Amino acid sequence: MGSLHVDHVTVQFPLGHTSESVTALSDVDLKIGSGEFVVVLGASGCGKSTLLNLLAGFLAPSTGSIVLNGEAVSGPGADRAVVFQKHALLPWLNVIDNVAFGLKLAGVGKERRYEIARKHLNHLGLLSFEKSAVYQLSGGMQQRVGIARALAIDPEILLMDEPLGALDALTRERAQELIIRIWESTSKMVFFITHSVEEALFMGTRLIVMSPRPGRITHRFDLDFSKRFLEGMDARSVKASADFIHMREQVLKIIFGDEETTGVENA
Amino acid sequence: MLDRPRHKPKSFMNSILRIRPTKPGEVYGVPGQGDSLIISTVSTAVIIALWTLATLSGWIKPLFLPSPLAIFQKFIQISTEGFANHTLWQHTAISVLRVFGALVLACITAIPIGLAMGMSRVMRGIFDPPIEFYRPVPPLAYLPLMIVWFGIGELSKVLLIYLSIFAPVAIGTRSGVRSAAIEQVHAAYSLGATPWQVLTQVILPAALPEIITATRIGMGVGWTTLVAAEMVAATSGIGFMVLSASQFLQTSTVIMGIVIIAAIAYAFDLLMRFAERRLVPWKGRA
Repeated sequence: MGSLHVDHVTVQFPLGHTSESVTALSDVDLKIGSGEFVVVLGASGCGKSTLLNLLAGFLAPSTGSIVLNGEAVSGPGADRAVVFQKHALLPWLNVIDNVAFGLKLAGVGKERRYEIARKHLNHLGLLSFEKSAVYQLSGGMQQRVGIARALAIDPEILLMDEPLGALDALTRERAQELIIRIWESTSKMVFFITHSVEEALFMGTRLIVMSPRPGRITHRFDLDFSKRFLEGMDARSVKASADFIHMREQVLKIIFGDEETTGVENA
Repeated sequence: MLDRPRHKPKSFMNSILRIRPTKPGEVYGVPGQGDSLIISTVSTAVIIALWTLATLSGWIKPLFLPSPLAIFQKFIQISTEGFANHTLWQHTAISVLRVFGALVLACITAIPIGLAMGMSRVMRGIFDPPIEFYRPVPPLAYLPLMIVWFGIGELSKVLLIYLSIFAPVAIGTRSGVRSAAIEQVHAAYSLGATPWQVLTQVILPAALPEIITATRIGMGVGWTTLVAAEMVAATSGIGFMVLSASQFLQTSTVIMGIVIIAAIAYAFDLLMRFAERRLVPWKGRA
């Protein structure tokens, strides 16, 4: 069973040519357990993406460490697949070759990797598009291809950087439900960044709220709304229930507070 | 209320810019949209007609500009009788071999070097000064050096053309390295790619549209340099034919040679455009 531990991580960026530095993340400590869906919310500049870059291995912490299944993370790797806001698919490959790309990098034979890719395309409702060019698909379908590509390499954790941010409202709600179902069936760890409080509450099993200057975790909540959805409750009913709305307002208040102080400083 | 005219004035500029509602399937205000093939055909026909008229009527002497018919007859004559101990086919073939040989050499060296320059600070530092130094110099200026160093044989000719193609292909490839979005590169690494796999399976394919464009430009430069390369000590080639015909004031042979060079270069460009559609159908769409 996997686990990811962000062990008291601080990240400092040097500021130009001076000896000063900006603290992007300050003493962030976070444990993600097996099968957990952690959502991250926060005002812009709070270090959400910095945290994701750390987990992906694109960025090294100034102090502290990232530990996945007992081993320190020292660079990007196939055990932590990233899904980006911009789908980042490769337009010279068709849908199935995009999904099978990670397997091809690992040297998996063509038949085997198509078999695995088809399984994931099927889960995401894209099987009939396997030969299509990715640039001919809609934004929602491209994002699903991106998710299938990440799942195909069977990572320990999915790192999702606002994956639904560019989708229209209807497609976005459908994609939320799809991702929850996929997560349930694979029971992978998920680290999910979003700007939408509703999306965060609906999807996560745990909510992390971050604040800027310096970037840090200020609030942690346990959530069970996705459980209600998976137990058969309609998604809209979950989002319209009284405790959901109460919590949404509570979290919005925290984030708006941060946005206002940042806004004043920026002005 | 402002007193606006009810219709936009029908000025010449407005009709050129097509300021009017579009038909279904068109987009309003796209600059220069629509097919221009028929207009190009008419334009070409008018130029040839004016040329025929001006020459047959005697306004322009054949020494300055022979008629299209005279050039065609010269083409038939040289095709059958040859020019300077070589048939027209041989002249064409040797020139094509020189340019294509140089192009192939340039591609197999300039594309890897361009990639290396795009990928590595060290390689860029090494290759940038020599390329930027010689690139703006006209090939004619260093032709004497090529001859002193490499003799008057094929080597100096091919090398001259090679050098003229090398710079645009290397520079185009180098800038093509930046075509891959950083998200695509990051995605590949997070899917477990090695740096070599990122280079060969993300950066190189992403750079392909620019490499193809650079090759097209390089090809054009190569044909431009051909005549310079065949100026000295050549006994065959289209460039040689044009130059020696000009010394005998055989204007019709000169023009015929120019038309052959243009036709081959254009045919190659069409081929490259076809290859572009087949190889990079996603260009500009992702």
